[in-house]
Amino acid sequence: MEGADGAPQGRQAGYAGGVKPAPFTYHRPETLAEAAEMAASLENARLLSGGQSLMPMMNLRYVAVDHLIDLNPVAELAGITIDGGRVSIGAMTRQRAVLEDETLARCCPVMREALGFVGHVQTRNRGTVGGSLAHLDPAAELPGLAALLDAGITLRSRDGDRTVAMADFPRGYMTPDIREGEVLTSLAFNAWPDGHGWDFREFARRHGDFAMAGAASLILLDRDGRIARAAVVLIGIDDGPVRLSDVERMLTGETPSDDLFRAAAALAADRPMAADALVTETYRRHLAGVLARRSLAVACARAANGGGHA
Amino acid sequence: MSSTAFVGQRVKRLEDPDLLTGKGRFLDDLKLPGLLEAAFVRSPFAHATFTRIDAEEARALPGVHAVLTAKDLPSEMQGRRILLQVPHPQITYAVTQEPLATSEVCFVGEAVAVVIADGRHIAEDAAERVVVDWEPLPAAAHCEAALKPGAPATHADRADNIAGRLALGFGDVDAVFRNAAHVVEERYEPHRGTGHPMECRGVVAVHDMAGDAFRIWTSTQTPHNTQRAVIDMFGLAEDRVRVITPDVGGGFGPKNQVYPEELVIPAAARLLGRPVKWAEDRREHFLTTTQERDQIWDVAAAIDADGRLLGVKGTLIHDAGAYLPWGIIMPYISATTLPGPYKLPAYRMAVTVAFTNLVPTTPLRGAGRPQAVFAMERLMDAIAKATGLDPAEVRRRNFIQASEMPYDMGLTYRDGAPVMYDTGDYPEAQAQALAKAGYDDFPARQKAALAEGRHIGIGIGNYVEGTGLGPFEGATVRILTNGRVAIYTGAAAAGQAHRTTLAQICADELKVDISDIDVVGGDTGLMPRGAGTYASRITVNAGSSVRTASAELRGKALALAAAKFDVKPEDLELSHRAVRIKGEQGDSITFAELARMTSGMPGYALPKGVKPDLEASGYFTPPQATYSNGSHVAEVEVDPETGRVTILKYTVVHDCGTVINPMLVDGQVQGGVAHGIGNALLERMVFDADANPLTTTFADYLMPTAEIVPACDIVHMESPTPLNPLGAKGAGEGGTIPAPAAIVAAVENALSPFGLRITDCPVTPQRIVELIRAAEEMSEEDTP
Amino acid sequence: MPDAPPKRKITLTVNGREYTAEAEDRYSLADFLRHALGLTGTHLGCEHGVCGACTVLVDGEAVRGCLMLAVQAEGCQVTTVEGLANADGSLSPLQQAFMDHHGLQCGFCTPGILTTLTAYLRDRPNADEAELREALSGNICRCTGYDTIVRAALAAAGAMREGGQP
Ligand code: FES
Ligand code: FES
Repeated sequence: MEGADGAPQGRQAGYAGGVKPAPFTYHRPETLAEAAEMAASLENARLLSGGQSLMPMMNLRYVAVDHLIDLNPVAELAGITIDGGRVSIGAMTRQRAVLEDETLARCCPVMREALGFVGHVQTRNRGTVGGSLAHLDPAAELPGLAALLDAGITLRSRDGDRTVAMADFPRGYMTPDIREGEVLTSLAFNAWPDGHGWDFREFARRHGDFAMAGAASLILLDRDGRIARAAVVLIGIDDGPVRLSDVERMLTGETPSDDLFRAAAALAADRPMAADALVTETYRRHLAGVLARRSLAVACARAANGGGHA
Repeated sequence: MSSTAFVGQRVKRLEDPDLLTGKGRFLDDLKLPGLLEAAFVRSPFAHATFTRIDAEEARALPGVHAVLTAKDLPSEMQGRRILLQVPHPQITYAVTQEPLATSEVCFVGEAVAVVIADGRHIAEDAAERVVVDWEPLPAAAHCEAALKPGAPATHADRADNIAGRLALGFGDVDAVFRNAAHVVEERYEPHRGTGHPMECRGVVAVHDMAGDAFRIWTSTQTPHNTQRAVIDMFGLAEDRVRVITPDVGGGFGPKNQVYPEELVIPAAARLLGRPVKWAEDRREHFLTTTQERDQIWDVAAAIDADGRLLGVKGTLIHDAGAYLPWGIIMPYISATTLPGPYKLPAYRMAVTVAFTNLVPTTPLRGAGRPQAVFAMERLMDAIAKATGLDPAEVRRRNFIQASEMPYDMGLTYRDGAPVMYDTGDYPEAQAQALAKAGYDDFPARQKAALAEGRHIGIGIGNYVEGTGLGPFEGATVRILTNGRVAIYTGAAAAGQAHRTTLAQICADELKVDISDIDVVGGDTGLMPRGAGTYASRITVNAGSSVRTASAELRGKALALAAAKFDVKPEDLELSHRAVRIKGEQGDSITFAELARMTSGMPGYALPKGVKPDLEASGYFTPPQATYSNGSHVAEVEVDPETGRVTILKYTVVHDCGTVINPMLVDGQVQGGVAHGIGNALLERMVFDADANPLTTTFADYLMPTAEIVPACDIVHMESPTPLNPLGAKGAGEGGTIPAPAAIVAAVENALSPFGLRITDCPVTPQRIVELIRAAEEMSEEDTP
Repeated sequence: MPDAPPKRKITLTVNGREYTAEAEDRYSLADFLRHALGLTGTHLGCEHGVCGACTVLVDGEAVRGCLMLAVQAEGCQVTTVEGLANADGSLSPLQQAFMDHHGLQCGFCTPGILTTLTAYLRDRPNADEAELREALSGNICRCTGYDTIVRAALAAAGAMREGGQP
């Protein structure tokens, strides 16, 4: 769901509001090739995946399109494959399927933890991985996970496939690097080694709401209990998920301790933070620091526990 | 069957089977042949004038039947505004809305045109194409700023934003403040929220050319007021306008006034000769349905050395919004509610009602009381701090005692009668609440929790609430020829289970099962007089009317049967939809036979002594309000790092006199507390500096969800009132009223290591973190 | 914008009965059920995907009826509140529990809550209170304060475990 109503636009504006979408033509491709063809050829078209973000925006007439291309019938876009340490998740895989996948929960437990924060039972039944990535809400969990896991995002067009690293995928506020005529097909990443620690947490005022801020971490310890590898992401603080490479550098080679977490959190919070009508920059920065510290502490503890319990 | 087979029992609801199987009939479910649908064109500006409305493109859209602006409305409506609900001599500018604005709009969402089309989708397509020449004006966005000299005027032709002023009080306030041992003084700011019934508003109107008659269905708490407004607007006789409430998906106050759409849709139906429907959507609800709660209290309490109240004085600014559909009743209620359950020797409150370019305010569950209770209870906590007494002890020292009832508070209530508390045991209510909440061992629990790094806190909210207001709510009870009993009442239900409650009362009188009773409410065609479902008044008013009408009907049935059997009425009894002669194998006559007897036969005279009415009507008119009371205790945990508040335990002791159905009262209390939790922690309508609303979806305006609201521990005390035949008092709002006070007190208590005060609500996580920071900075400054 | 809003015929099964009706491409499933098929038990409380009043089961799973297009339900099995009662018309264990535990007041949110819980309890008949509250967090009820709904759900889960029927 989108935020507050935009302020009215200028003097001549008539105003209706409304909750019924403006008219469009619905298209139902059955193959990816067909979908890509439609995406390339139809004017003012949008792809429809789970619809849990796009439909509210269309109902409220924030978004009006001439053509809606429904990816739901494209069976080849759904499914999770895990091959060795390589995980690939089809764009039309439902959020619920990701949440409930046992193999995924074993090799990448942060996924299940994060998906528990995504919306509600009804929205997870429809909402998809690809839809969430393409919508790119700054506070969304799936883009945050993609950043955390150094995922690659594959896009299909008439001209073939293109893979974008998640780090390069956001191009601005809710603006992914998806070109005209491209269809997001999958998300792929290498699972972290067994025994890694993980944590995903966020702060929203009610369960299922978009977070005011969130933090995720992955930690691998070496034999001496020092941090061998770290990945830390903040969500909800900027246009897209923010991977904290400075924090990761600071952590690497260190022995986990409360002081370390505190210093890491201070560094994590020391960056520009979005402010809006309801949340100040100061509070968001404060939250980001608290969440980062708590996240690191839990991820390190789980790593120390040999990967804890999924 | 004992005399109360039903009253006082946890009787299951008659309403449920239909609602559970999708057979409810709500406004938007109504189907009529030829039904057209409406969408309104609304102002995007909080304050603007406009000249031209260009609807040409909209009118040209296929499926559009009309686009109406103010000047297209029928001549009777020209230059007219909606009837003011409650006039008051202290109102300085009694302005209500126009059906459609003619040249000036005073809040975002005010309607300037309406599209009537084949369906809602097309109507919205067309509404988007209506172009208005707006001339934006500066807007008054906040009630305090609105009163400052030079503030933008809410209504362009007015010099200031004063809607009304009130002064209330008693006793020698100045003297008690001069002689006080302590004076505490604070500013309290409860903020604006909304009712948000899950069903929005809506209207369907049908006009019959023959006789110029309207049938109007509307999702309202007050069909009779809608009828009055339509009659007033169109200058029609009462019998020409029938207003019917279908199932109503919640009200909570905002559905208790007449809105522009309820006049415009009938007008459109008449102009087009077709039935027309408008179903408000949630965004419109955010923009146009009335709201409440923005007030600013600057109050001071004078106390003696023992923590006893000597007096309270202060000022209250009440945000009216852009219009006064309900007059200035809410701040009046606020000011008279403030003293609550406490003895107050002297009191002075100066109230200013301010216009702002925001959605108009009208009573919303609690109606000015949650704010007053917030102010008084926060003041009690401030006194506790100032005197070093426990907050419960401060209250204990100030309670009005049960033995002092009836207690004259010294004020005049909104009904014109003195604020005269009828019954109740306030000290006992608090004592029971504290016992149930484990108040005595809380300090130990708090200490233990703190040792684990957990901040838990406890807070108290006490209140007294005037309920069951007049003027009346009538009921007719009739025995039908099919042997069933029908109750007709003016009251429209919105989830309160009037059918069940009224049937319970009637069933005990007539010794029938509640399933033998049909209750029809909220239809002006069946019950020509009615007031509405507000102010927790229906059980008291309609219930009492049902009780007296049922008793009278019982007498009639007995008399009829007595005549037939030639026995004395005392020898008869009612049972199983029949009247029988007492004793084994006595003769009997069924209700159906009795009803047929009174219907007579064509061409034959009725038997001697039989009148053609097996029915009775009651119009109970309460002499004054009856005062419910209660004590709430909230226990919360606060995460001082994030500001998250979790409610751990919530205790309610509630006294609404005689309880007709404890299950329903529990439901009202639990639901009311949930609403209060919203007011305490979540729900706030936020506007920007130009008075544009920023929270216009359920993603921004946060309603309490199942994970937020705990199960309340509810204890009923019953202090029946002598003011009505049932002994009942209102129960619909008490759950909400003290909840913000109790919860905010608990949050503050949990954060006592930081030494901060919380004086506004809702208190958000961000606010909590800010307050902690400010407190820490203060203490850093204090340490040299 | 196209001259006339595109429409098409949609065939689907609702509560075990097949329906075919015409709808504009832009109609939500909820609007279609309510206005094209006359199944008005499914309610609309926000139409922006937050309140859950519109929840229906599509191929057995709870979804928001305001966020799915009617055309997307082509060929699907849809269950609405009208289809929850037992075959003989008596209330389902869940519906009965709502009546017994006062799980509804105005009844406007109720259809969405019943459908949500029907699917949830089918999948997790041993759900505890915390899980149920989370499952309900996507449904707003303004009247009840939720507690009686949770009690009803727990009671229904118990009854369903004993009775062995969904
Ligand atoms: S109407 Fe669909 S979620 Fe509110
Ligand atoms: S019962 Fe009224 S909203 Fe839930």
